[in-house]
Amino acid sequence: MLDVLIIGAGVSGCAAARELSRCKADILVLDKEEDVCCGTSKANSAIVHAGYDAVHGSLMAKLNVEGSRRMPALAKELDFAYDQCGSLVVCLSEQDRPGLEKLYENGVANGVEGLRIIERDELAKMEPNVSDDAVAALWAPTGGIVCPFGLTYAFAENAAKNGVKFQFDTTVTGVAPIEGGWRVETNKGSIETRLVVNAAGVHADELHNAVDTAHPMQIIARRGDYFLLDHAAAGHVHHTIFQLPGKYGKGVLVTPTVHGNLLVGPTAIDVDDKEATATTAAGLAEVREKSGLAVKDLPMRQTITSFAGLRAHEPRHDFFIGEIAPGFVDCAAIESPGLSSAPAVGAMVADIVKNSLHLEADPAFDPTRKGILDPKTLSFEERAALIKEKPAYGQIICRCESVTEGEIIDAIHRVPGARSLDGVKRRTRAGMGRCQAGFCSPRVMEILARELGVDQSEITKSGGKSKIIVGTNKDAF
Amino acid sequence: MNNVDLVIIGGGPAGLAAAVSARKAGVENLLILERDSELGGILNQCIHNGFGLHTFKEELTGPEYAARFIAQAQELHIPYKLNTMVLDLAADKTVTAMNKEDGLFQLHPKAVILAMGCRERPRGALNIPGYRPAGIYTAGTAQRLVNMEGYLPGRKVVILGSGDIGLIMARRMTLEGAQVQVVAELMPYSGGLKRNIVQCLDDFGIPLKLSHTVVDIQGKERVEGITLARVENGKPVPGTEEHYDCDTLLLSCGLLPENELSRAAGVALSPITSGPLVNESLETSIPGVFAAGNVLHVHDLVDYVSEEAGAAGAQAAAYLQNGEQDAPAIPVKCENGVRYTVPATVRPACAGDTITVRFRVGGVFKNKKIAVYLGDTCIFSRKRPVLAPGEMETVRLKGADLRAHPDASCLTVTLEEA
Amino acid sequence: METKKIELTCIGCPIGCPLTVTMENGAVASVTGNTCPRGDAYARKEVTAPTRIVTSTVRVSGGTLAMVSCKTRSDIPKGQIFDVVRALKDVEVSAPVAIGQVLAENAAGTGVDIIATKNVPVHA
Repeated sequence: MLDVLIIGAGVSGCAAARELSRCKADILVLDKEEDVCCGTSKANSAIVHAGYDAVHGSLMAKLNVEGSRRMPALAKELDFAYDQCGSLVVCLSEQDRPGLEKLYENGVANGVEGLRIIERDELAKMEPNVSDDAVAALWAPTGGIVCPFGLTYAFAENAAKNGVKFQFDTTVTGVAPIEGGWRVETNKGSIETRLVVNAAGVHADELHNAVDTAHPMQIIARRGDYFLLDHAAAGHVHHTIFQLPGKYGKGVLVTPTVHGNLLVGPTAIDVDDKEATATTAAGLAEVREKSGLAVKDLPMRQTITSFAGLRAHEPRHDFFIGEIAPGFVDCAAIESPGLSSAPAVGAMVADIVKNSLHLEADPAFDPTRKGILDPKTLSFEERAALIKEKPAYGQIICRCESVTEGEIIDAIHRVPGARSLDGVKRRTRAGMGRCQAGFCSPRVMEILARELGVDQSEITKSGGKSKIIVGTNKDAF
Repeated sequence: MNNVDLVIIGGGPAGLAAAVSARKAGVENLLILERDSELGGILNQCIHNGFGLHTFKEELTGPEYAARFIAQAQELHIPYKLNTMVLDLAADKTVTAMNKEDGLFQLHPKAVILAMGCRERPRGALNIPGYRPAGIYTAGTAQRLVNMEGYLPGRKVVILGSGDIGLIMARRMTLEGAQVQVVAELMPYSGGLKRNIVQCLDDFGIPLKLSHTVVDIQGKERVEGITLARVENGKPVPGTEEHYDCDTLLLSCGLLPENELSRAAGVALSPITSGPLVNESLETSIPGVFAAGNVLHVHDLVDYVSEEAGAAGAQAAAYLQNGEQDAPAIPVKCENGVRYTVPATVRPACAGDTITVRFRVGGVFKNKKIAVYLGDTCIFSRKRPVLAPGEMETVRLKGADLRAHPDASCLTVTLEEA
Repeated sequence: METKKIELTCIGCPIGCPLTVTMENGAVASVTGNTCPRGDAYARKEVTAPTRIVTSTVRVSGGTLAMVSCKTRSDIPKGQIFDVVRALKDVEVSAPVAIGQVLAENAAGTGVDIIATKNVPVHA
């Protein structure tokens, strides 16, 4: 029998796994997709919110501020891309100013450091492309940006390094109490465990409701559509720019990403289908329309892709973390700012589990993890030496993002490693650039097939039925 | 490697022709840097015929056309490096490149020819809503999988975009056993050659829907269908949606010159072509840096790429022999439907016997006259029964005519009533 | 006397003249709609004996590439395009392959050989 089964390999599940790997315990993380970070965690604003937004007194507020505080040190310890670029909430009309002040006060109450309301002159100096209508802004120097994949992989890889196992392509179909624990039914057989962590994202309510019928939970999938702009648009803004909801409605954010792109979005559209990550013409049009409210002259022509993600929204609008039955721990309703809060969410879940199971600390725990080496960060001499030692770092595979074969091989052999084009893309950025994998897909497929020892025709975009190749020339004749 | 005078970035049709011509013009130390595993560039995957009618007076396939130039380069002992990626071009022409064998290295040539070609416009840039499943490829990606690797990326196919690559891929997929259901084109006219519409679509009964675009993509893991709608004034018309069951959507929605290196070097680029602004010698805003082929502006015929690149090679050779030519330049203006010209500026003193001006128009025009004015004087005119955006126009101007009016402040290329 | 009209688009140049061919008893009586003699010639051939060059791929073993591109050495009747392609289904050649090398003789009985259009060296 396992000690802990974590259902869901998103950022919350992986953060909990990593924190729990500090203990001596038999831990398995399950996911219905083929990799970690395939749900809500992969498609969001990639923001580390400072913590002024969440209502004071809520769990969300507490964990957001704590998560944001932990992020800088964690980024060093686990080697993922994070930049404390600061954020601005732009107020577009004098009549909205009370709202800005209220936000400031809420932030101060939440314990967010360094908050300040700045006036137009200072704002325009910080962000020359801010809207001409901007009158003031809330400046949060602790706001930041993070690679959501990088953060999730960092948690997962560090957990794996410390003994946590991962199992993919496994859908939970039922959960029932047994003597001393739970039996979890899946499409790949049943698993017995002393404790279950429900980190199932938009599906967390289904598990919750199977266990606690008296206090039902309803998670609504709230879709957000985004545009990602090319590197050529980088520098248009220097901080994460939100628009204060007000006279002009609720806006969209414009932010640099840690990889030098510009991200614009999201919408907030409730959808019935919890897998409905399709963008719609209306959603994209809404983002385009609102994008210009706080920031002027956005080069939307530089769009390289658009995408949509689903937030796990719960009508009470707060995180729901707690042991709802002996040995069953919810980590549910983790919507925005879930990414920012993840370090604190993981720690809180781990504390609950440790207390419940009386787990012992593992002295062998290693808190560090090295990310995939990006040769672009090396000096000329270091890079030359690397290629001499490992020639695969001399072969560019993705031209747009200058990703080498060496990085892709590294990504495939990580634990948990990349098994699909998207898995490689999220780990290395191969295919993330302006040509959107047109050029590198066939090459990455070759490398995946070679390194995984499978036929190229088996390679998928993102697991399941997402095969790239469906046959061979003339096979139909 | 350290005393290279001329570096040619790209070993496709443009790079090869430029190298051959530069060598013939006396450049001893030159080097082609090619990122792929063989010379020839995109021609290697363009296995259809129709190449070389102008250059070789016969119809060749892409690989055959490339092989002719590769053979010439080999006869002339032109050195090249394969699997070699240029990471950076600096304003002082320092080239930083890398491959497995030589590792990371720098070259300091006196001249550079940009011949990096172009890339396809991806889905993202088209803002097609819907899911993002497997089964959405640019026509070029599919072309590589089918023609070079023997893999079929789909069985029931819809193609968006009726440029030549889209049309060619409609036939290729059909002849390898796939069913191509429809080719949709956003514009009210096809950007492809008539010959390709007839021989790639009509021959196989594949419908072409003009003024149509993809408004939705269904399928979460693999494409399961797409929705087309008619387009008016650039917007899909509600109520005109039609569903197609398919497992694949191929995109052939335009090509973009690949100028990241040029931009990093500080080469001035045209907002219209996305290629470098060049003078009559195909020299960019950085003296000694030349550009030719699809990196400069997207061509329809490889023959013209070869011709243009040959000129760039000769000009680079002249630059290496004579150094920078300091002569006054006048701008080339575009009027009445002329979208852009290459070159964008002309130095009459450097024009030699003739210069070639290539341009495209912004719409379909019938019964017009191409006219070129130096100041107010018409120095060229030619009737054209039809001009279309898909067809590049070429005019040749006499150097003597360009030098006959030293006071003229600009050259104007325009369309007039015939 | 049987009269039939066939509509075509000329492929000679970008104008793409809409051609109308009038057939009488299976013979071309007239071509209209063309603006130059090329249109007339194209239409007559296209309605009586249309032909095409077919390009395709054939599997290679031991080469630097999995496939070698190929073409019919000369035009084949348009109606036999698929016969030719089918005839190539099971053809496999060994590297090295040189441009012009015959990969299949007399494809589908057309009397036309299939020749390689690319050099494929042996994989090292």
